[in-house]
Amino acid sequence: MPRHLARATIYFVLVLLAVAYLVPLAVVALNSVRSTEDILQTSLIGLPRTLVWANFSRTWSSYCIAEHCAGIRPYFLNSLEMTIPATIVSTLLGTLNGYSLALWRFRGDVWVFGVITLGVFLPEQMKLVPWVIVLRDLGLFNTIEGLVLIHIVQGLSFTTLFCRNYYTSIPIDLLKAARIDGAGFFRIFWRIILPLSPPILIVTVIWQFTGIWNEYLYGVTFSAGEQQPITAALIALSAHVSEAPNYGEQSAAVLLAAAPTLLVYLFGGRYFLRGLTSGAVK
Amino acid sequence: MTGRERWSRILPHLVIWPPILVSCAYALVFSAWTIWVSFTRSTLLPDYRWSGFRNYTSMLATRNWQIASTNLLIYGTCFVVLTMVMGLLLAVLIDQCVRAENLFRAVFLYPMAVSFVVTGTVWGWLLNPSIGIQKLVHDLGWAGFRFDWVIDRNKAIYCVVIAGVWQASGFAMALFLAGLRSVEADLLKAAQIDGAGAWRLYRRVVFPSMGPIFIAVMVMLLQFAIKTYDLVVALTGGGPGLATTVPTIVVYDFMFQRGELGRGSAAAVMLLASLAVVLVPYALYRRWRARREAAHA
Repeated sequence: MPRHLARATIYFVLVLLAVAYLVPLAVVALNSVRSTEDILQTSLIGLPRTLVWANFSRTWSSYCIAEHCAGIRPYFLNSLEMTIPATIVSTLLGTLNGYSLALWRFRGDVWVFGVITLGVFLPEQMKLVPWVIVLRDLGLFNTIEGLVLIHIVQGLSFTTLFCRNYYTSIPIDLLKAARIDGAGFFRIFWRIILPLSPPILIVTVIWQFTGIWNEYLYGVTFSAGEQQPITAALIALSAHVSEAPNYGEQSAAVLLAAAPTLLVYLFGGRYFLRGLTSGAVK
Repeated sequence: MTGRERWSRILPHLVIWPPILVSCAYALVFSAWTIWVSFTRSTLLPDYRWSGFRNYTSMLATRNWQIASTNLLIYGTCFVVLTMVMGLLLAVLIDQCVRAENLFRAVFLYPMAVSFVVTGTVWGWLLNPSIGIQKLVHDLGWAGFRFDWVIDRNKAIYCVVIAGVWQASGFAMALFLAGLRSVEADLLKAAQIDGAGAWRLYRRVVFPSMGPIFIAVMVMLLQFAIKTYDLVVALTGGGPGLATTVPTIVVYDFMFQRGELGRGSAAAVMLLASLAVVLVPYALYRRWRARREAAHA
């Protein structure tokens, strides 16, 4: 095959695939400004006849989800209230964990690390009922705080894994020198480790934020009604489709629910990928 | 030793240990508890009277579990194979020194950033014959076109495969691309000097040197497949009937909807066992490779 023909084929296939991968996003984005009548008359795949921006305001503040007509706003805020503290705390504790496991070796540290990595691979189903008991005993059932606690503890496995693997590449001599100078555990952490950490902190924060925002099973199991995060609300919202599907408003809801993680991906894609691959290969 | 010195010695321990102990205890105690309950007579509430393997035998005999494990087998195989094929295709195409490489990579990887709930919901719409792709093709004038897998008991599981592949193939692409780029330049040059064509170059030189990456991607995807839950709930809800139900759904159903804690836990433990079947050999393989590399170095 002549060279330029081969190049043209490569680009043709790539563009075709790229368009195919973008279809779901494009469909949701376009439908979020189409009226439901328009969608029902033609199909979900089409251009808007008129732009219906009202879909967004209705879905945000007045759309009915499971007999509760306050839009997705409360659920969106729940997700924020859950994701932000859980991300920050699990990342901070993860850096501390990683620091002590990687640089302050103690007897059995390999075993401790092994058990913590086990937490990364455990399926959620193994932890559901124990969490029910723990949350009930702490009085945190059906609260945002309960979900925050779950995501901190659950997230610790990931953040410890990320940070520990990153910190093992720090030369131990640096630490020894600092100790000879009389620096203690916290001073070394504060003065040496944290200034070296921004790359891994960004990866960890992005990983935790996307993971917690997108999580569904814990949200639906440990909270109900108005305490649910956005993922659970989306399922509740489409569960009522059978009555009168409102594809316009629902598309707006889906778009809003996906927006935070898509924005994170758009601006931090490089770090997102690094988290993804180090989680996979390490 | 002054009080201050003693304090500065103790304080690090007070900070280090609680989070480490919590993460260890959580992984160990929670799994131990669920494993234990799977051997008891627990129903609606935990009941710690021993019942041996009864929960396991009765779970294995239920229609739900049998259908769910068959579905997982079909879904897992198709999902892993197709995701790897798509991922490799995308990686090889992007590896041809194309322009706007970063843009293409971003487009193929963005599905990984959205939740399974969003993916499932949107694909549920697209695959819905009365409003999605089938409707579009009908409106374009091809009235005989049929694409109603999502409501067809025998084909609905393949809809989950489509959505899963769409979401995960960018991930496979990213790992494969890293693998393609790490093939030694000398090796490539030597093969090119020998006059190997592009296809032969990939088949004979590049792919064989990527063995560890193929295995890593396969293991990660198998893990995704076994843990699949939200995607199915959002896409089909496990239906029509039980056509797309998977083991994770069965666990939830028994634990929280039927009040069968013992049997639900048994199902969860079997889920864990299937993960172990994938992950333990992989961990051993990695250790073996690390030792071999250390021995060579």
